Amino acid sequence: MSALLRTEGLAKAYGGVQALNGASIEVSPGRITGLIGPNGSGKTTLFNVITGYARADAGQVFLDDRPITNFRPERVFALGIGRTFQLTRIFPSLTVLENMLIAAQHKERSRNPFAVAGGPASRRHAMELLEFTGIVSHASALAQTLSYGQRKLLELSYVLVADPDVVLLDEPAGGVNPSLINHLATRIRELNAAGKTFLIVEHNMDFVMRLCDPITVLDYGSVIASGPPDLVRNDPKVLDAYLGVGDDES
Amino acid sequence: MARFLQAVADGISGGAVYALMAAGLTLIFGVLDIINIAQGILVVLAAYLSYALSVHLQLDPLLGLVITVPVMFVLGVIIQWAFIRRLRGRERTAMSLLVCYAVAVIIEGALYAEFGGTPVTIHMSYATSPTAQVHVLGFYLGYIYLIGFGLAVVAIAGIYLLLYRTKFGRSIRATTQDAVAARLIGINVDRVAAVTFGIGVAVTAAGGMVFGATNAFNPDSGYDLISRLLSIVILGGLGSIGGALVAAMFMVTLEEIVNIWQPTWAVVVYYAALVIVLFLRPNGLFGKKAVRAQ
Amino acid sequence: MTTARVWQWSGSLLLLAAAAVFPLAFTNPAITNYGVYTLIFVAAASAWNIFSGYSGYISLGHAVFFGSGAYFTGIATRDWHYTGSQVFALLPLAGLVGAILAVPFGLLALQVRRHTFVVMTIAVFFIFQLMAYNLATTGGTSGLLAPTINYNAATYNNPFYYAAFAIAAGTITLSWLIRRSRFGLQLRAIRDDEDRARGLGVRAMQVKLSSFVISAVPVAMIGGVWWYYTTLVDPSSGFDPLFDVAVALMAFLGGLGTVAGPALGALIIEPAELYFQQQVSSGYIFLILYGALFLVVILIMPRGILPTAGELITKWLTRRKNGTGPTGQRPPVGASSSEVDPTTDDSQGQSPRASTASGLA
Repeated sequence: MSALLRTEGLAKAYGGVQALNGASIEVSPGRITGLIGPNGSGKTTLFNVITGYARADAGQVFLDDRPITNFRPERVFALGIGRTFQLTRIFPSLTVLENMLIAAQHKERSRNPFAVAGGPASRRHAMELLEFTGIVSHASALAQTLSYGQRKLLELSYVLVADPDVVLLDEPAGGVNPSLINHLATRIRELNAAGKTFLIVEHNMDFVMRLCDPITVLDYGSVIASGPPDLVRNDPKVLDAYLGVGDDES
Repeated sequence: MARFLQAVADGISGGAVYALMAAGLTLIFGVLDIINIAQGILVVLAAYLSYALSVHLQLDPLLGLVITVPVMFVLGVIIQWAFIRRLRGRERTAMSLLVCYAVAVIIEGALYAEFGGTPVTIHMSYATSPTAQVHVLGFYLGYIYLIGFGLAVVAIAGIYLLLYRTKFGRSIRATTQDAVAARLIGINVDRVAAVTFGIGVAVTAAGGMVFGATNAFNPDSGYDLISRLLSIVILGGLGSIGGALVAAMFMVTLEEIVNIWQPTWAVVVYYAALVIVLFLRPNGLFGKKAVRAQ
Repeated sequence: MTTARVWQWSGSLLLLAAAAVFPLAFTNPAITNYGVYTLIFVAAASAWNIFSGYSGYISLGHAVFFGSGAYFTGIATRDWHYTGSQVFALLPLAGLVGAILAVPFGLLALQVRRHTFVVMTIAVFFIFQLMAYNLATTGGTSGLLAPTINYNAATYNNPFYYAAFAIAAGTITLSWLIRRSRFGLQLRAIRDDEDRARGLGVRAMQVKLSSFVISAVPVAMIGGVWWYYTTLVDPSSGFDPLFDVAVALMAFLGGLGTVAGPALGALIIEPAELYFQQQVSSGYIFLILYGALFLVVILIMPRGILPTAGELITKWLTRRKNGTGPTGQRPPVGASSSEVDPTTDDSQGQSPRASTASGLA
């Protein structure tokens, strides 16, 4: 089975810190791939390089075997990779619905930029997604009035509205209460059942182990293990990486 | 060639004074993340203070700094405390520009009311008369330029010492790096901001004195000054005092050199150079790349 | 919401009608003089807002377009020997000149953000002002004089009034169209978080540049009207550093990024400014008053009149509603809502059909 999203030997240094050091990962279509690793192991940098927010010093990114290395963010998105951010980034002074329409706009068929934002189809689709994630009652509220958990849901919703081939989630469960984590996991599983591919960075091991298969482990910017949860969980190198730096987040 | 070298010498000595005024601007930016667009009129205000002291009290402008520096410092603290401190939120950048502009307009009006629009110059017989100059290595340098250069060196060195050799300087640097974190480790960020604004404005006392002695000025002079100071701090990289120093020397020297052949276009070249440099290096010569959360 | 829209529409139409008949009702030239200048700034502030208000990039260089419009109209009138009302036919061309200038200006300045952008615009502004001083065709320091017009003295102001009125009304309409469009939404997303918007497929440079160019057009056109009306443009009045600050103040006072706010701000500030200038013989008192007003506005109403008023009205309405229903209560997050609540319908009047999430796959 060929990978939908693939990186080969990605390297990226910030000053003297080698954030990525030959990172090669694969995301298979229709799977929920987990990406874990101790703090500072390069997970977010990997996301940034894939989505065009940071430039790779070396290495390649492929989407469907097509090289997309160092494409600008708007292009990466248009090609079908959507992402969320660790600290959610929504548009605070737009309404929740308008946040959704921003992500939907590049799919609009009308080429007339002066057309009213969001045609009926876009709006309907946006409302459906908001309903799906459970924040539809806030559709006309300003996004800045949302709680932290609701912002996470909004970010997930508007990434989904564009219907990307691969969804990259950066710590979806971080700082979110347990019932909302369950809600999120359920939604992700449902979307996956409908055929959506995910790549998830997460510190919450329980969340990752329940949801993801396979799991890839990063340490010091390179992959040290990859495979089904049970295998990764018992891999001595992984235990070393976590215990070695004393990272006890779970 | 001699004229060329003379232009370079003038540029460096004149640039030092601009560097001093710009250092205040860039220091304020570093800590408060705002641009004090009133800096130009504050220089003019300081020049008028020196002028008034020398005319009415026969106080030597250089000696007058003992009065003008503290006055400008207090004024800076007041401006920050009364207006800037209150600005919060998303539009803070734009709002702070407008608030500083409003302060500038009020000062301009007050200066017109007090001194009128006729241009004046600060007289220092021993420093500004045509004969008061030294002849070194084939250049002629007026004493006032030497004084200005000396003042600039002393003041900038003073700011450096304050920033890197004192506990308070450490607080300033910490606030520059991350105001939220600084607050968390117990730094009184509001006090740091007020004092920094005060220091940034206080340097206009020395800058204004030299500016007033080398140029005829009136309340309108603030506009030309602020646009030059802005160019310098942006070119040097916002927040970088060393960058402001280099940029000031570069810009003033460039203008002096073009001035030899094409006096009418010197200023156009000045701004065109700014635009080109910024196009190539959006963060200025020594600016750090703007980092944002993620 | 629909009642609010009826109010908005009828209010706008009423204002439009009032502005249209204003010179017929007040025939005193001293009064219509106020009208002309006010409309000039209504147009300029509304146009500035299309770029700076919506995108959040504060331009202090729109005087470049104002001055260029004035100079273009002046030079064309002189060189092509236009007279009388013919000169008004040059205005669309002036707008075109503004648009053409805005392209390289925008391409340069829009590479940078925030403070650096502001300084870039100031630098370009000074370059233009100095060119006006130094070029042969601009008449240098003495500037360009407009030809005298043999209009009837009593209604002399009216052609200028209606020219400015047409441009102002057109600009506000354009601003409204943009605000509700996809383009406008992209601009406002850029204002909130440009990098994130790019990550969602917004072509940020293209969007910013388009709005910069669009906003330059009315400013250049109104600059042409201004030149013909004041009969003189020189480098310091055409390229006036206070122009952008005045326009920005108007937009801030009324409400930055709203459709009607900048016009409202201009309606308040420009007549007040003209009045003060006439009443207070010494200019400096005026400066102090102006600055003080400025400070008061920003410190008391940092978000402008319209957003503040809107907030108060919303608060008042919610309080009234809360007495009768549970509208103010948030449902718990994660509770699956089985039906789309019709009351959450947004103001665009597009009622989303209640449906399940089946459309996802």
